[in-house]
Amino acid sequence: MLTILEKAAADTSKALADTAAVASHGAGEHGEKFEFSHLLDHIKDGREVEIPFGHFELPHIAPVNIGGMVIDLSPTKHVFFLALSALLLVVVALYAASRYKKSLVPSGLANAFESLVLFIRDEVAIPNMGKGGVRYVPYLLTTFFFILMMNVIGLVPFGATPTGNIAVTAGLAIIAFFMIQISAIRAQGFGHYLAHLTGGVHWLLWPIMVPIEILGLFTKPFALCIRLFANMTGGHIVILSLIGLIFLFRSFVVAPVSVLFALGINMLELFVAFLQAYVFTMLTSLFMGLGMQSGHEEHAHSESH
Amino acid sequence: MFEVNPGLIIWTMITFGVLVLILGKFAWKPILKALDEREEKIRSAIEQADKARAEAAQLLKQNEKNMAKAEVEYQKMMREARAMADKMKEDIVTKARLQAEQELKRANEEIQRNLEAAKHQLRSEVADLAVKAAEKILDETLDAQKHKKIVDGFLNQLPKN
Repeated sequence: MLTILEKAAADTSKALADTAAVASHGAGEHGEKFEFSHLLDHIKDGREVEIPFGHFELPHIAPVNIGGMVIDLSPTKHVFFLALSALLLVVVALYAASRYKKSLVPSGLANAFESLVLFIRDEVAIPNMGKGGVRYVPYLLTTFFFILMMNVIGLVPFGATPTGNIAVTAGLAIIAFFMIQISAIRAQGFGHYLAHLTGGVHWLLWPIMVPIEILGLFTKPFALCIRLFANMTGGHIVILSLIGLIFLFRSFVVAPVSVLFALGINMLELFVAFLQAYVFTMLTSLFMGLGMQSGHEEHAHSESH
Repeated sequence: MFEVNPGLIIWTMITFGVLVLILGKFAWKPILKALDEREEKIRSAIEQADKARAEAAQLLKQNEKNMAKAEVEYQKMMREARAMADKMKEDIVTKARLQAEQELKRANEEIQRNLEAAKHQLRSEVADLAVKAAEKILDETLDAQKHKKIVDGFLNQLPKN
């Protein structure tokens, strides 16, 4: 599926480039061909990190062999911004936490931070998972703030969005997958967890039911992974396309319109950055809650199937 | 754009793991603890306020009850005091009247006695005057003693008045 999408994207960019070439040719000005794919470099991963007035190259490390798989662990642009957002988050969170040593009533940044912490705990974790979910609040908080930080860092000039890379969202989704399974096993025991995989149907139907249930375990995190990636990439592509229009038409007349629209999309992206961090966290806690509670309502569950 | 870099997946998971460890220990734990503490503080403050309010209400009720009791007692005391005062007044008036009567009686007796004495004196003086007058008129020396006897006898025959 990914290769199809890649092909489609390549086709689109080729078509756009052709249009640009035709447009520039028609205008009869400089014969230079506009490469739309240059704009897409912005959302692509790479070895270079852009800084004002230049860029620097990231070091290359030799690939390592993990369990028979040769994996290149060299840092890329997205690894750099991943680490940067993690570092920023640590600084902000530790600062907010230090404010509580002085007084139980926070102010300023700590107050804003607290409102989000309270929101995740009281509106996301506890309603979805019940009182037993309190122990998973640190995980959910880390997920929320880490994703939020990565989403926002891509809106800063020269920044890149790590969550716009499917490998990063896949990494987050794999962790979410394990958390969902661990919380379910912890809440209802391994026996009940396995029993739940049969869907509570007659044993003759197990050959059908068990693969479906197992598939269901994977589709949830997979959806999380694709949703976050697509949302974060989509906004960037829209902005780049709007900016690209200026170069495509080679006209300053288009610029105000493009910039205005791009500004609007940028604001929308800021909202989406928060929204998607919330959606990822909310759905993770919802899936965890479903796994944790299904043991208590086994009977009702089996009837509904 | 759509190729999945396994190295990046591993870096993401490592970063996330480190982040969970650091933040869990140094950020979430103190923050959540502080939030719980504050909630506990607010809850206990509200509970205390409720308790204080209940206590105050009870105190007010008690006060009202005490006031009512005091009022009843006051009324009773007033009534008793008034009754006592009335009785005392009556006693005093009665005593005063009795005393006045006694005083009056005594005064009357005194007057009577004085009157009696005065009458007596008057009578003797009149007798003496009569004797002297008779002496002068008769110009005759009579035995004063004898004469007086005669006059006394005459006077006694006179109707007493």
